[in-house]
Amino acid sequence: MADTPHPAPRVRPLSPHIGIYRWPITMATSIAHRVTGGGLAAGTVLLCWWLVAVASGPQPFNTFVALAATPLGQLVLFGFTWALCYHLLNGIRHLAWDLGYGFAVPTANRTGILVVVSSVLLAVIAFGLAYSGHGGYYQ
Amino acid sequence: MSLETPLHRVQGMGSAHSGVGHFWRQRVTAAALIPLTIWFGISALGLVGAHEAATLAFLSQPLNAILMAAFVVILLFHLALGLQVIIEDYVHGNGSKLFLLLLMRGFTIAAGATSIFALLRIAGPL
Repeated sequence: MADTPHPAPRVRPLSPHIGIYRWPITMATSIAHRVTGGGLAAGTVLLCWWLVAVASGPQPFNTFVALAATPLGQLVLFGFTWALCYHLLNGIRHLAWDLGYGFAVPTANRTGILVVVSSVLLAVIAFGLAYSGHGGYYQ
Repeated sequence: MSLETPLHRVQGMGSAHSGVGHFWRQRVTAAALIPLTIWFGISALGLVGAHEAATLAFLSQPLNAILMAAFVVILLFHLALGLQVIIEDYVHGNGSKLFLLLLMRGFTIAAGATSIFALLRIAGPL
């Protein structure tokens, strides 16, 4: 029995892997909602750090501001700004679904694109206002 | 005819044994965070380039301090509910799941306590 050759394994049909699907916009927005949520959770550490820095005197405050002003700091802040805009807008979309509105596939597709485009616009507008000197109205 | 026992129906917990409490808390905190996030965004933009004194002055205003405290606390509550779902979805070992859930809760409590202390310190004595 030991020298009996193994039969060639039969090639069985497999269901398509997630990697070969064309991503519907609703799937992409759903995944992005979870990813931005996780990212924003990490970003809460920055919010906490900022509050502690403000409470701890000029030295820690200036360190925070100097780090935020570096190119990497600005990139991170832009990322969190966009993630917050996206999670806020898509969260409103989710709450509308919870109330029973917007479930039709064409509607869900349209609101998905609307949320992605407006979140990018909002983040760009926020940074545009800050860089063009229209921020800082509380000083 | 329902196959539920009367006790099961009264508890209203369903097959997941936790009822709809998590679902409701996530929605209510989400709804509360809509106006608070808009306020936070407007405030953050208003504090761009602000020096320490201006930032201190802004956060010592009672209304701003109260809104910031509400924002941080409700945000951390919402965050804990969301991260709980992510951990429960992807971590299957009972021990590691419990460990990560406790670590996450510990982080949110530490972040909340630290933020409230910072806000109290900024507000200073009356």
